[in-house]
Order: sequence, then C-alpha cells, then structure tokens
Amino acid sequence: MKLTVRVWRQAGPQAAGRLVDYEVPDVSPDASFLEMLDGLNERLTAAGEEPVAFDHDCREGICGACGVMINGVAHGPGRATTTCQLHMRSFRDGDLVTVEPWRARAFPVVRDLVVDRAALDRVVQAGGFISARTGSAPEANSVLVPKPDADLAFDAAACIGCGACVAACPNASASLFTAAKIAHLGLLPQGQPERHRRALGMVERMDLESFGGCTWFGECQEACPKGISIDFITRMNRDYLRAAAQPAQAEAAAGAI
Amino acid sequence: MTIPLDAKVPAGPLAEKWDRHRGALRLVNPANKRKHVILVVGSGLAGASAAASLSELGYRVKCFCFQDSPRRAHSIAAQGGINAAKNYQGDGDSIWRLFYDTIKGGDFRAREANVYRLAQVSVEIIDQCVAQGVPFAREYGGLLANRSFGGAQVSRTFYARGQTGQQLLIGAYQALEKEVARGGVEMFPRTEMLDLVLVDGRARGIVVRDLVTGAVTSHAGDAVVLATGGYANVFYLSTTAKGSNVTATWRAHRRGALFANPCYTQIHPTCIPVSGDHQSKLTLMSESLRNDGRVWVPKRAGDARPPHEIPDAERDYYLERKYPSFGNLSPRDIASRAAKEVCDEGRGVGPGGRGVYLDFRDAIQRLGEPAIAERYGNLFEMYQRITDENPYRAPMRIYPAPHYTMGGLWVDYNLMGTIPGLHVLGEANFSDHGANRLGASALMQGLADGYFVIPLTIGDYLASSKLAPVGTDHAEFRRVEAEVQGRVNRLLGTRGTRSVDSFHKALGHLMWERCGMARSPGGLREALVEIPTLREQFWAEVRVPGTGEAFNQSLERAGRVADFLELAELMCRDALHREESCGGHFRTDHQTGDGEAKRDDERFCYVAAWEWTGEGAEPQLHREPLAFENVHLATRSYK
Repeated sequence: MKLTVRVWRQAGPQAAGRLVDYEVPDVSPDASFLEMLDGLNERLTAAGEEPVAFDHDCREGICGACGVMINGVAHGPGRATTTCQLHMRSFRDGDLVTVEPWRARAFPVVRDLVVDRAALDRVVQAGGFISARTGSAPEANSVLVPKPDADLAFDAAACIGCGACVAACPNASASLFTAAKIAHLGLLPQGQPERHRRALGMVERMDLESFGGCTWFGECQEACPKGISIDFITRMNRDYLRAAAQPAQAEAAAGAI
Repeated sequence: MTIPLDAKVPAGPLAEKWDRHRGALRLVNPANKRKHVILVVGSGLAGASAAASLSELGYRVKCFCFQDSPRRAHSIAAQGGINAAKNYQGDGDSIWRLFYDTIKGGDFRAREANVYRLAQVSVEIIDQCVAQGVPFAREYGGLLANRSFGGAQVSRTFYARGQTGQQLLIGAYQALEKEVARGGVEMFPRTEMLDLVLVDGRARGIVVRDLVTGAVTSHAGDAVVLATGGYANVFYLSTTAKGSNVTATWRAHRRGALFANPCYTQIHPTCIPVSGDHQSKLTLMSESLRNDGRVWVPKRAGDARPPHEIPDAERDYYLERKYPSFGNLSPRDIASRAAKEVCDEGRGVGPGGRGVYLDFRDAIQRLGEPAIAERYGNLFEMYQRITDENPYRAPMRIYPAPHYTMGGLWVDYNLMGTIPGLHVLGEANFSDHGANRLGASALMQGLADGYFVIPLTIGDYLASSKLAPVGTDHAEFRRVEAEVQGRVNRLLGTRGTRSVDSFHKALGHLMWERCGMARSPGGLREALVEIPTLREQFWAEVRVPGTGEAFNQSLERAGRVADFLELAELMCRDALHREESCGGHFRTDHQTGDGEAKRDDERFCYVAAWEWTGEGAEPQLHREPLAFENVHLATRSYK
C-alpha cells in the first residue's frame, strides 16, 4: 500500500520543529510501524536527506524504548500495543498518517521523534525499589505470597516505562507509571517496610519533575500498552495519604530525597 | 608467541572449589573501597546487578548504557524463565544435576568449575530476586511455582509469566537506581563505549561517545567490567534487540583481549518465521511453549492442506519420534537442526516452506483454553499481533533464528580476561554454556556473574595490584580518543552511495548461509573471501548522513556494522578450524549416520581463544584444554 506520512522533524532540543510530509509507496501490510519508518529512512538516506530519528530497540513490545503519537494517539490505533508491535495492516492504502513525539514538558525532544524520559528514572530513584542488599536475602520460600497478591503485583509490574501514559494524559501526569511501581512493590510482603516512604518519595519526585497532576481523565489506561489499570492510582493516593498523615514517615522520606 | 591461558581454577574437589576460593580471595577494606572507581559497561542483568552490588560494597561505580534508560537493556526481552537448583518440586533436582545438565547441554565444551559454581549460586539468585520484589509465578499456597525447560527432566525453571527477563531486569535496575540515589553509582545513559584504554598493560579506562551531543570523552578507573551482551546481530535478522552489538568486546579484543569460541552461536528453534524483505528483526516464541505445544510437519512433502485437515496419522511429530525421552523439550540446537532437516526435505509449512507447526490443540483439549491462556497468554497475543493468526485455533508456525552467542571474550575463573583489570560478565564472556546454552540459563548466568561472582573476585584483583593513579589527562587516553574520533570522521567522510543497513543485511545473509545452522568447509572458505570484500566495499561505499556532533543513529549503526564485519571473519575462521560438530556448531562433514553432531574429543576438547594480531593479519589461536575430572565425556544423547 501507499501512505503519506506526516512526521515531526526537529534537529535538536533548541531547534524549532515542523511537520513534513513524505510519500511512502510499497508498504507491506505485514511490516511493523517501525519497519515502515525504516523503509522511509532508507529512502531518505538514498536521497541524501537525514533519516527520521526514533527510539526503538527490542521490537517485541517489552523494552519500552519505542513510542510515538500516531494520528494523535499514543502508540497508535492498536489496543494494548506498543508502536513496534503495531502492524501496517491496521492502516489503509492512501491513508495520511501523522507521527509526532511524546508531548510533555517533562519529556524534552532530543531529535525528531526521540524524547528524553530520564524523569521517569528519577522517579524510581526516589523510592521505587526494595532495599535488599545483595547476599542478605532470606530463603525464597520462607515468605509466602498469596497467589492473587502475586498476580496483582505482576499486573502492575508489567509496566515497560515507555511514557505513553504521560503522553496520552491532557495534564502530562506520570501517575499511572508511578502508581504501578508503588503498587507492584506495595502489594508484596517484601515491600512493606518501605511502603510509606516509597509512596511519599515517588509522588513528591513526580511533582518536582514537571509532570502534571491526575484529574481522572483515564486516557493513560487506554494508551497503556500493557493494559495497566488506573485502579492502581487510587491505591497510590491511599498509600500517599496514609504516609503523609504520619509525620515521622514524612520526615524520614523528606530526608531521603 | 603463545599467551599462557591460566584459568585460575581453584584446587580441591569440585563441590568445594568456590567455597575454598572465596575464603582465599584477598579483600579490600571498607574505607579503601571508596577509593576505587569501577567502570561497568552495560546495564542488563549482569551489568546492573554488578553495578548495584559493587556500589553496595562501597566502590565508586560508573555505569554506561547506550539505551536511554538502563531499564531497557536487552535482558528485558528474555521470556521463559531462570533455572535454579532449589528442588522445590521434590523431583530429584540438585546442584549436581543442574551442573551436569548444563555441561551436557553445552556438549562438553565448557569449563567444569565455572559451571558447577553457576549451579551453586543459582539458589542464591532466586532468594535475592524474591527479596527485591520480583513477582515470580506462585502456587495457591503462596510458594514459588516452577516449569520445565529444554534439556532437563526436572522442573527447575522459575518464571514470571512470559516476562521473566523483564521482571529480573527491573529488579536489578531498581537496585541500581537505589544506588544512583545514594550516590554510589553515576549513571551514563545514551553513552556508547567505543574503545578500551590500557595503561601499563592494564585496563584503566574507556572512551565513550555521548549519543546525544556526539562528544567523544574518556573515563578512567581501576577496573573495567564489560557486560555488553552477545553478537547475534552479526546475522542481521536475530531475536536480539536492534541496538545490541559487539563493539565493546570487539574493541577490547583489538586491544589484546582474547576472543573465545566465536563460532558457538545459538539458533533458537521457536521463532516466528520471516514474512518479507521489510523484516528488521525476528521474534522469539518462548521455549516454555514446548511444555504444552507439540511440534510437527506433514509426513508427505508438499502437503498443502491446512493443518486441521491433516489427520494425526499423516503428521510427523518428529521431535517425539526421534528423541522420545526429551521429545518436544529437546535442547535448542537439536530442535533447530531437526526443523531445518524436515524443511530441507520439502515438508516445511507456510510461505516458502520454512516453518514447522507448534500445536496446542491437544493441550487445549486436555487443560482447557483458560489454563493455556494463563500460562502463555501474552505470547499468544504477541504471535497473533505479528502474524494475524489465532494460535488458539490454528497451530503456530515457527522456524529457527539466531538468538544467543555462547562465544565471547575469554575469562578466567575470576571472570577476568587476558588484559589485567578487564572483567567480562554475562553473554559477553564465553564461560559457562560451552557449545550450546540450555533454556533459562542465560538469566541465571548474568545474575550469577553480577550479583555473586564479580563483587568478590574484583576485590582480589584490586587488593593484589599496584595501581598508580591514572586520570583521563594521561597521554594514552588522548591517543585512543583521537583514534576513536578518527574512526567517526572516516565513517562520516566516506560519503558513498549505500546505506549502513544494506551492508548489514548483506553480511547477515552471508553469515546465515555460511556460518548458520549448518557449516561446510567449502562454504566457510568462500565466506572468508566474501567477508573481506564486503568490508572493503563498506569502507568505500557506505553513506552515513548527518554529522558527528549530534544525535545520529546512522552513525551509531555504522560503527557497529563495521565491527560486525571484522567479527564475522573471526567466526568463520573459528568454525573452519573446529573440525568437529558440537552443540550449535554443526559441521556437515562431521555428522553421524543419522545426522547427529559428531564431536572429536581427541582433537578439539579445548577452548579456542583468538588473539588479534593486526589489520589484515591472521589471528593467532591459543588453546585452553578442557579437563573433565568429574563427568564422563559422553556422546550427548536425548533419545
């Protein structure tokens, strides 16, 4: 099939960007969206132009590197699908496809479709872990975890950190990302000792990183390629409020940031 | 000159070596640890676990990855599981059995002492990961669950749905970020190592390129740890992430580190077949699927009926037929070759006849669709998304694809290479899997190396070495930086007519044909002519658009492909010299009457470690003999 791809081109973080139209003939319906962009880049290279920069790595929907707005939708029209797992059979011959980077103040554009998502790493640094020094762990089966808890923790842990939730949110909130980590660890017995400290630290860091607040649009859940539920945000808010109500905890966490 | 390859395997009985060694390793006192800077390159399971653990001990760590976040390293894509000799199922597993299965699975081409240590440490890995909050699958009683993997007759594989690598990596990543927050680790994402710097014969630093600004800079340290993964992308189409590359280890090789067994590559039997020329990578379907899926092709060549119209009597469940004891869970090298064989006979299915069925019909009838969905739901979805076919209704079509490389930089028992101070972990080293890796053993090795081996052995190196202070103002850093910059300029300055990808595809095709699942002396000799020709064309005709002072993905790829073009030649040379078949290395001129691999223990029971001797010069072979003191060198049989 033949497509017109309208792509955001931006030479660098400080440069002005603009949308540019490219004709892409001979797109195979079996190609992935990124393979379609590969094809476009081969053409641009042959024509002496600079190819379109986009992040990608595993191309199996698990590393979280890829992700663009396709016709205004994070990761495009496929439900619970990363951009790399979206196939061109989702489009029709002659379609105009608009491709833009994640748009959020916390994710500055690096080049074209590539953004800087380091803010998400910093949110994890603020408590998104269980402190278990290497070699200090007790026997694995000495702590029982009820299967439903383990399964629910897994549902939250499935987050790939792609940032689609932020891009889809009208407020550019990172609540779903943060809540998923707080829930993953907070649902497990191993995560209890740091549960409150974690919630305080991560939520406060999220606010410092110029992400917006959550006002329950629910767009994040729709965009999430791993189908993570906004129920976890409720859980995060509960953990945060409970922790904030305990001054000793709040102080300890503030000291840790 | 032959470099003496001292593996430094400790004396004593196999089961006591690691304990005795730990007791004998020299220590660095806590106050002195913070005086040492350790450079860790790579943030996958091995790199992240090493960086976090070294920082917890008090070392100052700098960690580098080319991805935008350490959480995206390719370990994340591992699906099926991680082995450990916990014997939670009470099915007779033990450290000895895991050791033996791994040695046998590797076709008796790995070092006994390393593999035994791996099996010992496997038990601690599970404890560590559970303590970090890795959400492993559990039974209703709250205990950890297990499943089976290829090459074993016990259930020792721990898993987190089909995303075990992701969950283990997130565990290690979180430990790493904890140390970043504490100030013990300085993290450098989007930073690619382009060379190794030696001072007085020791590894003392690296030269890196900032992938955002293009700046070429150096970092100095007291030891360098490479945890940079494997080189399966030499085949262009592989299950490996697009960015995975050989540059760090290859550049270290060119600086004097020996490269061991480069021809040992793993072709994974269950991948989604190639669909067309647009294909940029291949997708694995986890080996765990073979717990419940049955592999078959039609008995009759050219049988074009849809699968459900072919009655059981006219199907050939060839793995069950040929290997009744292990059946569909035969090891990867064996299952891959068997698939190739039936396709070569004209019995392959799907477009082009390069595919076999992996059929869940019987398991769905036996267990019901919900049970299958619970075990493999995400894999079935992934399959459907890519192929537009529903594996609950029709069998999956699968075909072998490059997946893992057992070869890598040579290391001793302490995981140190032939350059003092250069340590190599995980897939980047050669040490534990011999000529074939068993499923669910890569995650085990990466974490064993990073959490439990290097934190101890690196202290011994630091405590026993007199290291003069060295900064990046040292002349050697200046010299190597200039070389790196020169190389970048040369890639940009060629201004030819062919894209980087076109060269990578050509190389991949050549390697798949000549040095893939079946290797013939004639084909390898031709490859040794074709590869240098392609390399010359590359340097004369490649077109790398853009500049070096900016984010430039074409330039990144060009540097990586240039190194693959050198590695490929060494792989073929190694494959040609090894006149035997073992594990993933199958020589068509060395097979038994029924087409099985035929080892030659008289002549080839050694590790082939190659020394770089200069551009255009033949590499020098060094041999580390493999002594089997505890297992009997047997013909590997899964029948």
